[in-house]
Amino acid sequence: MPGMKDGCVKPVRGPIPPPSASAAPAAGSATSQEVTKMTARVGMTATDFEANAFVQGKGFQPVKLSDHKGRWIVLCFYPGDFTFV
Amino acid sequence: MAAVAALHEEFKKLGVVVLAMSTDSRFVHKIWQEQELSKMVEGGVPFPMLSDAGGKIGAAYGVYDEAAGVDIRGRFIIDPDFLIRASEVLTPEVGRNPQELIRQIKAFQHVRATGEVTPSGWQPGQATLKPGPDLVGKVWQVWKP
Repeated sequence: MPGMKDGCVKPVRGPIPPPSASAAPAAGSATSQEVTKMTARVGMTATDFEANAFVQGKGFQPVKLSDHKGRWIVLCFYPGDFTFV
Repeated sequence: MAAVAALHEEFKKLGVVVLAMSTDSRFVHKIWQEQELSKMVEGGVPFPMLSDAGGKIGAAYGVYDEAAGVDIRGRFIIDPDFLIRASEVLTPEVGRNPQELIRQIKAFQHVRATGEVTPSGWQPGQATLKPGPDLVGKVWQVWKP
């Protein structure tokens, strides 16, 4: 597949806590070292994140959940590649 | 994954963005697509395959199995207001039913557009309920299982 790009050179952020949750411990500290708590609940605002991705025909690129705000999104987790889903 | 990909046209018609995520790296995603998925689904899986390295995103969504180091089968429907409308979480042994996912999306889209509510097992075109004082005690008149 020629012409595919690697847009994942810079590290991604992983889960992005809402401003209120990150306000206290922030101040320049590495938030990625904190233990991630479960924040996603039905009826609540989705927890934003940024992750590296492989996109067919395009290559590697970071994907941020909130970039798709305003559309219906289905987010599917699965245990691993080369397993059935 | 292939089962969801096979319904891609339907998701497109409904205006749905599908994102798949596991703890595998983007490199493994690429090879899985080339070696296997593209042989199950013509053209391969058409939606982005995300890497949840370290399981932090899965942990935030309550689907990261720390002992196994993988994200279990969790599926979330997020509406245009960025609210999580539905979630379904299965242990890895059982695959999901994408038709039920489509049914739920159609129902949530209908509810969001009309303010009506949909009874159990509702399919587009079937009767909906209009909640209010007049309906109390009278659901039996308009709906039966």
